[in-house]
Amino acid sequence: MKFRGKIVDVACLNHFTRVISTISKLTKSCILRLTPQHLFFVLSGKVTNGGVSMWCELSQANFFDEYQMEGFSPEDNEICLEVTPENLSRALKTTQNAKAVKVKLTKKHCPCLTITAELPTLSSISRVVTHDIPVEVIPRRLWHEFKEPSVPDFHVSIYLPPLKTMKNVVDKMKNLSNFLIMEANLRGEMNLKIETDLVSVTTHFKDLGNPPWGDDASQGGGAARRWDPEAMTQARVDIRKLQQFLIGQQVNPSKAMCNIVHDTVVHLILLHEDVSLQYFIPAVA
Amino acid sequence: MDCVISGGNVRVLAKAIHSLSRIGEELYVEPQKDGLALRSVNSSRSAYACFLFAPLFFSRYTIPTCQTFRCKMAIKSVQAIFRSQVSLEKTVEKCHIKLEEQKNRLTFTLHCKHGLLKTHNLSFQDSESLQAVFDKDSYGNVFRCNPRLLVDTVTHFPPSLEEVTVSVNDERMWVRNHVEEHDQGKTMLTELCLGSDEFEHFAAQNHNSITFCLKELRGFLVFAESTSLPVSMYFDEPGSPVVLCVTDSVLEGNFVLATLSDDVNHCRSNTGLANSSPPPPDDFMNDDMDSYLISMDTSIAPAPSSAGAPTPPFVAPACSKQPAVANHRARLYSEEEDEEDLGSSEGPPNKKFCSLFFGSVLPPSSQTSTQPVMTQEVLASDSEDDSEV
Repeated sequence: MKFRGKIVDVACLNHFTRVISTISKLTKSCILRLTPQHLFFVLSGKVTNGGVSMWCELSQANFFDEYQMEGFSPEDNEICLEVTPENLSRALKTTQNAKAVKVKLTKKHCPCLTITAELPTLSSISRVVTHDIPVEVIPRRLWHEFKEPSVPDFHVSIYLPPLKTMKNVVDKMKNLSNFLIMEANLRGEMNLKIETDLVSVTTHFKDLGNPPWGDDASQGGGAARRWDPEAMTQARVDIRKLQQFLIGQQVNPSKAMCNIVHDTVVHLILLHEDVSLQYFIPAVA
Repeated sequence: MDCVISGGNVRVLAKAIHSLSRIGEELYVEPQKDGLALRSVNSSRSAYACFLFAPLFFSRYTIPTCQTFRCKMAIKSVQAIFRSQVSLEKTVEKCHIKLEEQKNRLTFTLHCKHGLLKTHNLSFQDSESLQAVFDKDSYGNVFRCNPRLLVDTVTHFPPSLEEVTVSVNDERMWVRNHVEEHDQGKTMLTELCLGSDEFEHFAAQNHNSITFCLKELRGFLVFAESTSLPVSMYFDEPGSPVVLCVTDSVLEGNFVLATLSDDVNHCRSNTGLANSSPPPPDDFMNDDMDSYLISMDTSIAPAPSSAGAPTPPFVAPACSKQPAVANHRARLYSEEEDEEDLGSSEGPPNKKFCSLFFGSVLPPSSQTSTQPVMTQEVLASDSEDDSEV
């Protein structure tokens, strides 16, 4: 397995750093899948991380000026690594003014993702900083655990209000309760609500719009069509998980939406021209 | 003692005190004939810092002629006087330091604009002389550079990092984070390579590596960066202290930091490291794909990379990901060790900071001897014990 990539463009480097930083806010550790066209950051819902899962897809061509890889085998042309996004983020943050940044898979004291940056100096020789980030190579037979999650058969799909507004609301609610109820209907209305013995607070959002998923049965499923457009579907989630998602936002998405499966899961989707991030928060009883 | 500091020099003094506060809890003050000495030492006595301000630094400098006076005081209380950077720059015109012998107080008076006076009376304790024994001029490795270079270097390391390792050869200096061997598989390793021509002076007689605490280096840079004076770094063998220096016609600052001493085994491998391990200078340009990772995944086909290394048989088919990977990593590691002669194979090296061998010189009887009467070997307490997390 071999991998090397090079980023020269400052804007790309900056963007890439922001994406990684966003991911590092969501999870301590995740899986990085490298394919010839894409990079995927994957967190599969395990009990240890509270059942949340994440799928972040980046098109390599939009970030890397050079990108070469040789996967496990010609048939399975992929590399699958377990990484600590915090390390990646830290390494990239110190290289913001670099002339060029390289990312390579290397074998040092242990398998590493090596980030090398050529920093500008007054001297004739460049200053070079190298970060060796230990990674675990995920064996082929475990790859199946890190497949792209399918869009759940949601009851309601709705565009999110501005994330900053949502964050402010959720931050305030966090002080009152550990759980938040997300409600939405097919008339573009969404409520964020907490209920405790002492207090109930609801924030109403209107005219958000519902994304047209088309009649594609495989995507929309039947649930939405059978759902009464006026009726609210709801899911009660751990407020910290939602807050984490909102705090980490550094990628300004062109579209942000949310699919709710009644009492089952909240599926958040952020779309940017070259990045997409999906985040699943399981509902709790 | 009676001295007056005016104008911009007040800010220099303030920076020196802030910088000393990064070292220890107490400020040792000693007015000497050749200037005012301010010193500090950390609790484990592995770091020592001294500033000497020459009489010319002051607009008035008089010291008691009859007897020598030395004292120490809590550095926090002195720092409080100079806390506000803004007011120092905008309003303070001069600072008057006077010893009130009757009251046993050291008085700091800040003369501000519009005739405003701020007076701080600080109590003090008598102290013995604090002196680290070091001879930087005998050191083989001497570097001088703009403080900016070191500031830019340390920004690459996380604030939580305890120690850095500096290695040199004739053309380059490498700075990397020091990682305990048992942490190597978990911790990110960061290495920065500086070319000799980034330095004003670069003399490396001994190609070796030293490891010392980053916190005190950062403290030193607080002062150095504010003055933009060139800084010098002197070091020798691992185990003997590294000396950081900033000098001007009217002041001199020396920071002496203990370095990690390695056992014999480690020393050897260190010299080996200096010769072999630092990556070739133009590694960045070198895009040889073959140098990258080759067949690391052994979970399906364990054969290829296990050649040679006597690996325990993969026990049962039930043995899942965890053991396989761990097993594999252990093997990678040992290969690496063989190739690069990294470290000693039996157990971790004896990691310890050598003390700086401070002499507590008690006046006046033993004042003649420049060598310490009592030397005590004190070890740095940090990161030593129980770090098997």
